[in-house]
Amino acid sequence: MSSTVTSGGEKVQRGKVRAGRPSAVWALPAVLFFTFFAVVPMALAFYLSFTKWDGLGDPKPVGLANWQKLLDDPRLTQSLGITVLLTVASWVFQTVVALLLGVWAAGPQRNRAVLSAIFFVPFLLSSTAISILFYALLDPNFGIIQKDTLGSTSGAFLAIVFVGGWQFIPFHTLIYQGGARQIPEVLYQAAAIDGAGRYRQFFSITLPQLRHTITTSTVLLVVGSLTYFETVLILTKGGPGTDTAILPYLMYEAGFKTYDFGYASAIASTLVLAATGLSLILIRLTGFGGMRSTREGM
Amino acid sequence: MESNRGRSARSTGTAFSRRWVLGAGASALLTTGLSACGSGEGSGGGGDTITAFVYGDDAVKVQAAAVARFNKSAASKTAKGKIKLEKIPGSDYLPKLRTAMGSPSAPDVFFNWGGGSIKAYQEADKIVDLTDIIENDPVLKNGFLPSVLAAGDLKGRHYGIPMRGMQPVILFYNKTVFAEQKLQPPTTWDQLLDVNTKLKKAKITPFALGGSDLWPELMWLEYLVDRIGGPEVFRRIQDGDAEGWGDPAILKAAEMVKGLVDDGAFGSKFTSVSYVNGGAPAVFAKGKAAMHLMGSWEYSTQLGKFPDFAKSNLGWAAFPKIEDGVGDVRNVVGNPTNYWSINPRTQNKDAAIAFLKDCASEAYAKDLVALGDVPTTSNASALLSSAPNPEYAKFQYDLVQQAPAFTLSWDQALGDELGTKMHTEIGKLFTGKSAPSEFVSACKGLK
Repeated sequence: MSSTVTSGGEKVQRGKVRAGRPSAVWALPAVLFFTFFAVVPMALAFYLSFTKWDGLGDPKPVGLANWQKLLDDPRLTQSLGITVLLTVASWVFQTVVALLLGVWAAGPQRNRAVLSAIFFVPFLLSSTAISILFYALLDPNFGIIQKDTLGSTSGAFLAIVFVGGWQFIPFHTLIYQGGARQIPEVLYQAAAIDGAGRYRQFFSITLPQLRHTITTSTVLLVVGSLTYFETVLILTKGGPGTDTAILPYLMYEAGFKTYDFGYASAIASTLVLAATGLSLILIRLTGFGGMRSTREGM
Repeated sequence: MESNRGRSARSTGTAFSRRWVLGAGASALLTTGLSACGSGEGSGGGGDTITAFVYGDDAVKVQAAAVARFNKSAASKTAKGKIKLEKIPGSDYLPKLRTAMGSPSAPDVFFNWGGGSIKAYQEADKIVDLTDIIENDPVLKNGFLPSVLAAGDLKGRHYGIPMRGMQPVILFYNKTVFAEQKLQPPTTWDQLLDVNTKLKKAKITPFALGGSDLWPELMWLEYLVDRIGGPEVFRRIQDGDAEGWGDPAILKAAEMVKGLVDDGAFGSKFTSVSYVNGGAPAVFAKGKAAMHLMGSWEYSTQLGKFPDFAKSNLGWAAFPKIEDGVGDVRNVVGNPTNYWSINPRTQNKDAAIAFLKDCASEAYAKDLVALGDVPTTSNASALLSSAPNPEYAKFQYDLVQQAPAFTLSWDQALGDELGTKMHTEIGKLFTGKSAPSEFVSACKGLK
């Protein structure tokens, strides 16, 4: 008797466990997908970086030759510089605008909801479409700005930063809007009683409360900037000269224009390492990983 | 994109987005799976449909007609094979061909530019040596101009059958602008500089140039080097001697380019003008620029975009002579034509060869002529009177016929890797980021 009860009880308990916490099997489709479409290609690219392959025939092992070439390539240094510069410029432009827009859009009025929806439209377009559109707008003879914009170093760089911002600011605005709406109203009420004005409220309440939101948006933005590609390809093709040839463009050129897939894979592997490293550092530095609450003292 | 006209596949990549890569990867996976299922025994060679990859611009009509003709022909029945034509958008052509050739879904017959553009395929054993086949077949042997057949060679062996029109580079000019300014098309460099000065005084940009594509800039260097030092200068580089870049003719040509750029001969915005998107042709057709150094396809580009301009105001001339240069003024640069080549792994080589013979037929040549092209077949001259503009067709035909040398576009002759790197250096020269001497030493270091 007692044994049946126990076993029955165990069964019930096990059933409860199953219902309450899904087993690892549930993650299988996602894991498989990730393995086949992310991990395997990444491993393949890493393997290819130790070979010479022109896309025809079989890859031939060449040891560290591609990595050596990468270290010796003056274009890599230039490219890294441009990539860093582009990332910083994009961060400043997009974060400032998106933060202000997001906080503004978090307000309650109806017109804000409508305007927010309109702001969001650029994000829905493909970056290829956006780049082609701006390419036409910037045409020196038939566009709206009839200057040598894309043919000058600073013009081309600013155009890339602007077009990127135009596309991605809506997305970051959405994140900041969400973040700003989470801030408890009481904080502002208390501040108002203490006599804090709008600016004081923004800098002393909104900004600190949005710390983690800024981190999230920054990580997405920085990693996104590292893989920024279509816009550069369409707007400038890395030009004028090689002045806007960011790392992903250099990779594309090595792979699909000179058919040096080994070298392209070495660049790609570098990018993966850089992106992973950077996001880890960012999370560490900002204390995001510690999951500390922003509402200390509440 | 009609403006490409088989010349400039490398110049664009607009459609080459992340989605394209994913699509290519996915379709590669799919086709691998499918052909693995289907590659049991039983296909046995005959009776198959074989595929031909072609550069999908306006001229593809001619190949489509040829395929339809062949599939109904007796030759197709004898060879037990039909052709399926795959038109690939121009900007994607090169990478798509390269990826396909490394996969089980490789085409049986493929379009190319001959010379350096097929070198990698030849080295990887992915292209049929057609020399003996051509020698033993009267239709193929006598069907084409020998110089054109030879121009696509690799080390004296034929790998391709000519299948499109000639594409020499020509100095086009706007007749109306020239008449208004009381100018004549220049035949010497001094005249060119003179015309240049007068046009600038009249606030007209002397030359349209699609500088953001880079390859239109290359055309200037090709002609200047040829006129200054003759075709041997580049021939040496093409044959693998990078020291050939040190020839004084290259430095001189680079200095002349710098002179033109500094002088404003191309205007101040040429680095952001593109040929492929129609920018440079529009600047030229609308009279903002008076001349345009471009491949012969400029005519059909203008005919498509600005038909009135093409019909009544478009003039053409040979590239001028340079007074102290040793190169023959009749020499031509550009692309002799495009070629069909055969993949050795084809299931039905007989059908492929039978299909290629159609390119030597009169019907095929007539189709090319109707499109405004000048065929490279030996019967071409008799057909030119039926061209949309017989005068232009005749000019082009004579230009190529009488040329002591026809230098293949440098980028095509050098192949993808060197060609791409050279484009970068040329871009730097034209934007003033490297001086002529720096250009020369950078090119010497290319490998």
